Amino acid sequence: MAAVAARRLRGGEGVATRGRVLLTLDPGALSHLAQGRHVVLVTGTNGKTTTAHLLAAALGTLGPVAHNATGANMADGAVAALATRRHAPRAVLEVDELHLTRIADAVSPAVVVLLNLTRDQLDRGSEVAAVATSIREGLRRHPDTLVVANRDDPVVVATVEGLPRVTWVAASAGWSGDASLCLRCGRQLATTPEWSCPCGLSRPPADWELHGESVCGAGSTTPLRLRLPGRFNLGNALAAMAAAHALGVPPGDASEAMSGLESVAHRYATVRHGPHQLHLLLAKNPAGWAETLPLLKDYPALLLVINAREADGRDTSWLWDVPFEGLASRPTVVSGDRAPDIGLRLSYAAVEHQTVHDPLVGLELLPPGEVVVVANYTAFADLWRRLAVMSRR
Amino acid sequence: MSRESTVRIGLLLPDVLGTYSDRGNAVVLAQRLLRRGIDAEVIMVTAGSRSPGRCDLYVIGGGEDAAQSFATDWLLQHRDLRVALQTTRILAVCAGLQVLGQWIEDGHGRRQPGLGILDVTTSPGQRRAVGEVLTRCVLPGVGLLTGFENHRGMTHLGPDAAPLAVVMHGVGNGSPDGSEGALTPTVVGTYLHGPVLARNPVLADHLLQGVIGRDLPALELPDQEDVRDMHLALATHHPLERLGPVRAALHRRRSS
Repeated sequence: MAAVAARRLRGGEGVATRGRVLLTLDPGALSHLAQGRHVVLVTGTNGKTTTAHLLAAALGTLGPVAHNATGANMADGAVAALATRRHAPRAVLEVDELHLTRIADAVSPAVVVLLNLTRDQLDRGSEVAAVATSIREGLRRHPDTLVVANRDDPVVVATVEGLPRVTWVAASAGWSGDASLCLRCGRQLATTPEWSCPCGLSRPPADWELHGESVCGAGSTTPLRLRLPGRFNLGNALAAMAAAHALGVPPGDASEAMSGLESVAHRYATVRHGPHQLHLLLAKNPAGWAETLPLLKDYPALLLVINAREADGRDTSWLWDVPFEGLASRPTVVSGDRAPDIGLRLSYAAVEHQTVHDPLVGLELLPPGEVVVVANYTAFADLWRRLAVMSRR
Repeated sequence: MSRESTVRIGLLLPDVLGTYSDRGNAVVLAQRLLRRGIDAEVIMVTAGSRSPGRCDLYVIGGGEDAAQSFATDWLLQHRDLRVALQTTRILAVCAGLQVLGQWIEDGHGRRQPGLGILDVTTSPGQRRAVGEVLTRCVLPGVGLLTGFENHRGMTHLGPDAAPLAVVMHGVGNGSPDGSEGALTPTVVGTYLHGPVLARNPVLADHLLQGVIGRDLPALELPDQEDVRDMHLALATHHPLERLGPVRAALHRRRSS
């Protein structure tokens, strides 16, 4: 029944809507659709979408892959992805941290990739300790699942240590704002020369690591030729390569496939809009922003778009954990539902700017040429939709 | 203190009680002095740092349960700082407010002693209080306060504590009297994030005037008024144009 419904709905409304319909018709749809396939779940606070895209490209060298490519990362998005490519023997599902347990129970994943755990959307009751505990308990029920985990994030290590099958990747942890205390015992972590706790929790040796822009793992060294910018994407690629290897993709093949990606769900895309060349980036929490700020320095104009809808988190306090004080002076516009919040943050950081609710109106205030755009979750989706509609006209 | 000296703002345990971005309060305080030509610096008192020396004003923020417990122990162990906190002005937010109280009860019914600077006690509530808040501050001339609350602990005021504000929208302390936060001659305690001083510059200036001992001239910053208007509308779930009376009250305050 789900299959019939899936065919009828294909190409119709949004991915999540299609998934919700399928789940209503058959509450066991996720489990039925996953049967007999190798499913990889990718979770963590930041980098899920990019890592899942990199991994889907790598697994694509073996055959068709089902993938929730648009970032619909709850059960409905997972169902829709599996239903759309029913005969793909492998699936890559990006999964929201708070939904990992439920989805893992339904699909019995071959591999779970856990990238990092920092704060995001605190209004959802998602303090880091609670999220980590729920993931740990969920993974314990799947002793056969291989967990690919970032050994550089102490919260990740506390979450998965002791599980029977773990591959450690040195994917780095740029922002440590939520990892000053040990998740296991509550004591303060030592950070030099590498992180460790008096209780014995410490950084495990890496099975996969980066040497410059090459990946060392599985007994070989493989150069990466990513077109996606940023140090953090090297870490995402490392995790993707380790997961792909577990499903039989040689590192060289994975690297070549991943080098084909220029943008990920429109992130990192470059778009022409009127007199402007827009470079689109997504950042939605302090950890994401810490990785994004260094990418902004070469652009002559800046547009920041901030919303605070349900999918963004309703509280914009997190803007104060982003060191905007370091932003170089240039023509800058802030926009979005919460334009005044980001505007006031910049005022206190002494960054001159103009505040305009509508980002496309704000854009008109910026000089022609290159503009780097940083938007959070729904702001990015809205802006992309509008740019896409206008480019079709 | 003299006009020439630098105002030292001590940001307590930002590495531990930093979850709700309350460090922004220290930024706001320092910037509001610097932009009026008064020297100010923010001293970060992290868990690994030694005694910071005396500060003129301390700021402490919110965090998760384990972090709050760690912070309480840490402050109790640092005697010089604990003594300084008895007599120095403090802005304490969320877990920071709870830590300054008599005790905090956890989910298992265990009570951990606090610093005892405020006559308040905190116990877990039935459900988490999450959302925009609007209160009326009891401090003369401060007026309406907006913020975002996100807490499970409910705070009971003892006979020696007064509320900072009365809740108009939201939960606040969670007690039947509709109180929000706590107030003594030296402590301003609240559940409001935002950060609270970015949302409510009048409260920031109230704290600063207490420290420097004189009135400060008005200071308008780009987007400051729009932030207040926007959050007033959000807290009351009303579009701005329907907020006639409340908004008028806000603006009366601002121009006074």
